[in-house]
Amino acid sequence: MPEITYREAVRDAIATAMRESDDVFIMGEDIAEMGGSMGVTQGLLEEFGKERVRNTPISEMALAGAAIGAAMQGMRPIAEIMYEDFLTLAAEQIVNQAAKVRYMSGGQLTVPVVFRTQGGAGWSPGAQHAQQLESWFVHIPGLKVIFASTPEDVRGLLWSAIHDDNPVVFFEHRTLYGIKGSVPEKIEAIPIGKARVHREGEDVTVIATGRLVHEALKAAEEAESQGISVEVVDPRTLQPLDEETLVASVKKTNRAVVAHEAVTRMGFGAEVASVLQYQAFDWLDAPIERVGAKFAPLPFAPVMEQFVVPHADDVLQAVLRTVGKS
Amino acid sequence: MAKVEERRSTLPKGDLKDVLREMLLIRRFEEKVEERFRAGELPGFLHVAIGQEASAVGVCRALEDGDVISSTHRAHGHTLAKGTHPNELMAELYGKTEGCSHGYGGSMHLFDVQRGNMGANAVIGGGLPHITGAALTFQMRGEPRVAVGFFGDGATNIGTFHEALNMAQLWQVPAVFVLEDNKWAESTPESQHSPLRDLSERAKAFGMKAIKADGQDVEAVFKAARQALEHARSGKGPVFIHLDCVRFHGHYIGDPQVYRPKDEAKELRETRDPIETLRDRLGLSDDEFAELDTEVTEIVEASVEFAKAGTDPAPEDALKNIYA
Repeated sequence: MPEITYREAVRDAIATAMRESDDVFIMGEDIAEMGGSMGVTQGLLEEFGKERVRNTPISEMALAGAAIGAAMQGMRPIAEIMYEDFLTLAAEQIVNQAAKVRYMSGGQLTVPVVFRTQGGAGWSPGAQHAQQLESWFVHIPGLKVIFASTPEDVRGLLWSAIHDDNPVVFFEHRTLYGIKGSVPEKIEAIPIGKARVHREGEDVTVIATGRLVHEALKAAEEAESQGISVEVVDPRTLQPLDEETLVASVKKTNRAVVAHEAVTRMGFGAEVASVLQYQAFDWLDAPIERVGAKFAPLPFAPVMEQFVVPHADDVLQAVLRTVGKS
Repeated sequence: MAKVEERRSTLPKGDLKDVLREMLLIRRFEEKVEERFRAGELPGFLHVAIGQEASAVGVCRALEDGDVISSTHRAHGHTLAKGTHPNELMAELYGKTEGCSHGYGGSMHLFDVQRGNMGANAVIGGGLPHITGAALTFQMRGEPRVAVGFFGDGATNIGTFHEALNMAQLWQVPAVFVLEDNKWAESTPESQHSPLRDLSERAKAFGMKAIKADGQDVEAVFKAARQALEHARSGKGPVFIHLDCVRFHGHYIGDPQVYRPKDEAKELRETRDPIETLRDRLGLSDDEFAELDTEVTEIVEASVEFAKAGTDPAPEDALKNIYA
């Protein structure tokens, strides 16, 4: 199994899909010569040319909307939204159009488009370049939402997203681009809607997304040294949600922590907590703990930024609370 | 050769009676929609295109097989002109499964993909980027097709309009953007919503070719559309068509139009009714016109019967068609 970075994994999924079908193409801001603001699309222009690796003006509405129009005509476009904060500019097209065209047409149309984007704190980009906005989109019927945390997952899930007939909002985490992980020799599709159990445990389940998967794994190691066995589960797909795997894990451990980098209040974790309390109420031995960012925009000064977003220790403290050790 | 091209660029005289018939069908259809709405039979918001029949028919007649359109909230005329049967349209307005969107869309979300209708849009300007994207697809696939987006003067102020047209011109995609300028953005007159008195000037900002035509004259509309479509289809880039149009009725059915001078619509109707204009040009006698009228009125009546006899969706069908 080769080792590649998360960035290379994203690129590999895009390039392989483009090699296999002329219907797949990518467009976005600064993705051609520059190779994308995060370097994800480097080398694609040379291989596929500027028609299929298409630089766009700074026009998120038209970029998203043109991708939707192309998808309605049978293409499989990948629209790169440079920072997920800019999804707000494209939101009309994603929420009112992509998500609803199939429905409003009574099933006549499909919109096989992927809106790839990235964000995340940890490098002081400030309040407009690092938000985590996945909960905005999981609330919209008609969209699928994916947030992968490892090279293997990001490659296999992006592959599935490109080949899915529905609009997919695909979140990548900025700080994960450099991490390495082993991947299968040949791309294997990972089913959309299937969680991954990263680590098995007996006492507490931590359900984490994005960067927090890695923080949760660190916290789990520390907890183990204190005699607490932690199971770490990454839903990977936020919509549809693999409720079965999450509930089964909590029924086994009887305790749950939900962790994401996005603001805790009204976050994705609130929905997960609701699913768990309803489906595993009789199995729960402690209140479900939630870990996320404090209710503040992301500040610039590194010390403030570190204070706002959660880290491994926040997950650990939540785990300890569930077993009455804090 | 020049003669052939000339013929193709204007509506053949022999077709004009049929064009009149189609415009009259739209008129009678819309009047029936008003009547049935007021009778309490039709749910939702309804915006009729009474007075704007020439733009829909003139543009859609100029299209080739394979060309696609996107429409606006005022979509009934475009939808009929693009070939959807009045029965299917009326059934949609009644929320029936036989409707062109199977009851999922309604008046503002009319789709007929088989006939090249990519959908009406209830968000002003919402469909324009889709036209750029559809045209991009035709360009990338080397298909001789054109994507045509209708929009109103109110849409010329929204971001999607500017972004979609800018991108279309930048990439030289085969798109035609048809402005139906009826001088009203809902209740707001053009003088209050745009700094420009000539909205074709908008095209200049993108370096896009613009053509102006009288939107109340179906022959002029057809000619402009043919010219624009040929330009776009031959790879010379998108075209902006500015049609000077008139909205005879309110923004929506039931609109008391307190914002509009009382006699304005009446005066415009006397001088700029596209149906009367063509009828005069053809020199139709009262009997001949009455015959056409009877024919289309019967079609419209039949569409109401068809719709009323249609099937209500099961409530739980609301959970279908969300995902492919």
